[in-house]
Amino acid sequence: MGRTATLAAWRPDPGNPKQQVAMLVDTTECIGCKACEVACKQWNQNEYRINQELGTYQSHPSLDAQTWTLIKFIEREDEDGVNQWLMQKHNCMHCSEAGCVTACPTDALHYGDYGVVTLDQEKCIGCAYCEPACPFDAIHVDKSAFRQTAQKAGKCTLCFDRISNAMQPACVSTCPTDCIKYGDRGELLKWAYARVEQLKAMGYANANVYGDKELGGLHELYVLLEKPEVYGLPVNPTLSKRLTFWKYGLQPVGKAILGAALFGMVINWFAARRTFKGGHGPGEEAEAPASLHD
Amino acid sequence: MPGLGTSFGRGAMTTSFWDIPNADVVVFMGSNAAENHPISFKWFLRAKQKGAKIIVVDPRFTRTASKADMWLPFRSGSDIAVLGGLINYAITHNKIHRDYVVKYTNASLLVNPNFKFEEGLFSGWDAQTKKYNQATWSFQTGPDGALLRDDTLTNPATVYQHIKRIYGEYTSERVSEISGISVEDFNKFAEIVTSTGQAGKSAVFAYAMGWTQHTKGVQNIRCSTLLQMLLGNVGVPGGGIAALRGHANVQGATDLAVLYHDLPGYLGQPTEAHKTLAEFLDKTTTKQSYWINKPKFMVSLLKAWYGKAATKANDFAYDYIPKMAGNATYSHYDIFQSVLDGKVEGLLCMGQNPAVGSANAKKVHAALAKLKWLVHVDLFDNETGEFWKLDGMDASAIDTEIFFLPAAGPLEKEGSFTNSHRLLQWKHKAIEPLGESRSDGWYINELGKRLKKLYASSTAAKDAPIRDLVWEYDHPEHPDDFDHLKVLKEINGYDMTTGKPVAGFGALKDDGTTACGCWIYSGVYPEEGVNKADARKRGAPNREDGWTEAKKDGSADYLHLGWAFAWPANRRILYNRASADPQGKTWGKVPLVWWDDAGKKWAGCDVPDMLPVEPGKVHAAGVPGDTPFIMKAQGMGGIWGPLADGPLPVHYEPVESPIQNPLYKQSTVPNARTFGSEHDKFGTTAEFPYVVTTYRLTEHQTSGVMTRTLGFLAEAFARPFVEISRELAQEQGIRNGGLVEVSSARGKVKVQAMVTNRVKPLKMGAKLVHVIGLPIHWGPKSGHVQGDIANTLTPQAIDVNVQIQESKVFLGNVKKA
Repeated sequence: MGRTATLAAWRPDPGNPKQQVAMLVDTTECIGCKACEVACKQWNQNEYRINQELGTYQSHPSLDAQTWTLIKFIEREDEDGVNQWLMQKHNCMHCSEAGCVTACPTDALHYGDYGVVTLDQEKCIGCAYCEPACPFDAIHVDKSAFRQTAQKAGKCTLCFDRISNAMQPACVSTCPTDCIKYGDRGELLKWAYARVEQLKAMGYANANVYGDKELGGLHELYVLLEKPEVYGLPVNPTLSKRLTFWKYGLQPVGKAILGAALFGMVINWFAARRTFKGGHGPGEEAEAPASLHD
Repeated sequence: MPGLGTSFGRGAMTTSFWDIPNADVVVFMGSNAAENHPISFKWFLRAKQKGAKIIVVDPRFTRTASKADMWLPFRSGSDIAVLGGLINYAITHNKIHRDYVVKYTNASLLVNPNFKFEEGLFSGWDAQTKKYNQATWSFQTGPDGALLRDDTLTNPATVYQHIKRIYGEYTSERVSEISGISVEDFNKFAEIVTSTGQAGKSAVFAYAMGWTQHTKGVQNIRCSTLLQMLLGNVGVPGGGIAALRGHANVQGATDLAVLYHDLPGYLGQPTEAHKTLAEFLDKTTTKQSYWINKPKFMVSLLKAWYGKAATKANDFAYDYIPKMAGNATYSHYDIFQSVLDGKVEGLLCMGQNPAVGSANAKKVHAALAKLKWLVHVDLFDNETGEFWKLDGMDASAIDTEIFFLPAAGPLEKEGSFTNSHRLLQWKHKAIEPLGESRSDGWYINELGKRLKKLYASSTAAKDAPIRDLVWEYDHPEHPDDFDHLKVLKEINGYDMTTGKPVAGFGALKDDGTTACGCWIYSGVYPEEGVNKADARKRGAPNREDGWTEAKKDGSADYLHLGWAFAWPANRRILYNRASADPQGKTWGKVPLVWWDDAGKKWAGCDVPDMLPVEPGKVHAAGVPGDTPFIMKAQGMGGIWGPLADGPLPVHYEPVESPIQNPLYKQSTVPNARTFGSEHDKFGTTAEFPYVVTTYRLTEHQTSGVMTRTLGFLAEAFARPFVEISRELAQEQGIRNGGLVEVSSARGKVKVQAMVTNRVKPLKMGAKLVHVIGLPIHWGPKSGHVQGDIANTLTPQAIDVNVQIQESKVFLGNVKKA
């Protein structure tokens, strides 16, 4: 099945940012040409890095701060000893319950419009808490000497700059087999389940859809030929309770304490001014709590 | 493309990518389309979605194989054994499409009774001159000169009985012993392919360099055409031979004859023996076919080139055309040999990097060092422009003067590409060329202008072809550029009196009143200002998926007739008359072209590839309304088709092979060419026990000059490597990623080992043969990523028909470095 007529023309409703968009990769029709990798780098003006491992067709060992999409090449034999060469486009999954958003102390990572997990480079402090928090190894902070500028996290943006301007993501528009699709998440899921039925009828018994329920629903969906673990995709991934507690339990408390402290200081300032007329303002002190994140 | 030309009449892919989804079976053999033609691959995947079986026959499990239903690893160079085995299977299992074979091909014709095929040699072989005398390869004729035939196909002199006898030896067991495909797998494969030998079923064969780059390249393709004709799979929906071209515009380059042995539009190249135009036309025109119009095309070509100077009185300036001398060949490899022999002293090298891209690279380097001058026109300086820096070169001993001229890139120039399915598509300039870069067209136009200026005052007769050459392409508004549409108009053809473009090749004349630069392209510019190559009207989508599929009522414009222009006459599927039975009624699963009884004409959802003649009648050209191959005598497809190395394809071993030919005493192609220079060395299994095959990857373009220089592509595939099986790696103690030395009689290279289960040792009878694969994209000088030149290892052993090198198979060795 190609990109459906409705999907090819589909664009999100600019007036409805709550709408859920997604990308779907039908891995059974991916030919591993890497055109998506090139289109991604070109659109996003990322840097090239020659770090291919030896003895594989895969271009990079993993995603990195400059490489936001990557085709994984998986060579194996199936149960009958027949060769298989699976190709899976890998990038940020734009989870509904995202580890990176949970881990981010500055809210540089947040849930943006259309279900996209958005990274605000201005707010990113390069702490790299997001890296281990991502179950898909899809976000990275540049720790190498490649970049001269400040360390920042980097990951797929689902081409938010393009989709919010009625264009398709760069990888989608370049894919020669139309195996990368983009559209309304619900519609794509319907398509994906129909495709899996078709594949099963063709004899691919292990075909399945990935991303429907995982982490509250991913915005990167897959039609896979084999079970997710074969591709190194986590089965039923969950966020660590400690992480969620840190973000949604401890951080608000911390911020509340910080807020209370600030409030106290403001009161103090007024009180102090009343007491010592002409005293200096505590302007600089307000920034001090940033050290909480070290 | 003499393979397809000999069989069907035209040297081009018979089908259209848009028709591939109609196939029941797709065979990739000699093609790795997913990697080398990724844009086309969508159509093959759509065939699979619609239930087609995809089979890949390739020494390596490629990205194409990863999408297939069946992968058959086999020994590179045994293609004809496999295809011949399929022919034998089809005949012995009675799977042929008999009506098609009898009515549409020359299978029923009687061959000269003196024809023989013994010990791998056809009758007429002269061991002294290493040439065939083809006198005994003729057809029998009756007293009235008519060809004798036997439609029961039982007469032992019929073409059919000859192929039955010759391929009778190609049993599944024999095929297995030669190719390494197990008997069981081969039979399974044969059953699937030959299941299409009936009306309403079709198989398409896709090939590319994996079939052409052999000393029997032409015969590899010929063999597939035989099989496809026996199965009735040519000219029908979902059938045909998909000849996937090696570059974006290889079809265009061939059509316009950027080759030594042809004139534009496949008119042939005169030799010394053709003293006059009449003699050339008489000796090279296929009678009783549409080719009887050749004089119109040839005279119009001469008018396009020499204008007013070409008159009836001077044989339309036929003398101006260079004639080939006797047996001489002027191919790519002859050029380098001629440089070494001191016959050629200068080379104009445009958009080519032969120092990396040509077989036996060290020999090419030695030849470059002997040049007096080299003009190198390219996007980037590269190994050819800097050959004097390469390994083994002594710069102090080289006197070559090199001129580097910067070329414009594809996006910096206007023009057309003719792609694999004969489609001329216009593209516009996106950006201005960088700095002083100029398009190739600009350089050629300037060269023409300056040569004309140089010889303008000469009165010597030898300079007349330059003085009289029509060369008026300057752009009226941009004095520093040429007008692409003026070139297109000349190619299309125009009326000499009115100056208006002709509507198509039907309007061309042999009296000197029309000019046409390439008759098969005629119709691309039918009116002033109308460029059909730039037309972009697609058929209406009729599927949920957004594409257009064929419909049973023939109503869908699934061949997108309004999108660009396909030669000839915008026909999308060649020989499409074969989609109807001899009476003109559709016999396929979907209609393509049929006889419209009411309108008394051929009609269809494609432009009919047929002369205006009713079934049962014969056209004035000699083509009956019952047969589809209008460029062949009496419209019959050429199962029998004389070429320089035989009238039928038979299995020969490569020049370097691990075995002697198990079928015949004559092991290799008897007249395959090799050169005798000190660089042309050949090896044996004692020193070089493995079969090496070379290939390309998606990520890079040929010698890598356009891709290794771009960071995003350089990172996509960084290093040269060699693919070897786990078994061979274990034998040699090689680990994945380790550095190895791959060698042949010509030299050696150091690359990384890629140890993989995607290459397997082949069991050929009792013998185990290892195959290793080596991509060719890296060179030591240009680009972000570099490596040794794989073509150091490949031999200059070449095909006698088209002079292509055998780089797909040779002997080599691999060792830990």
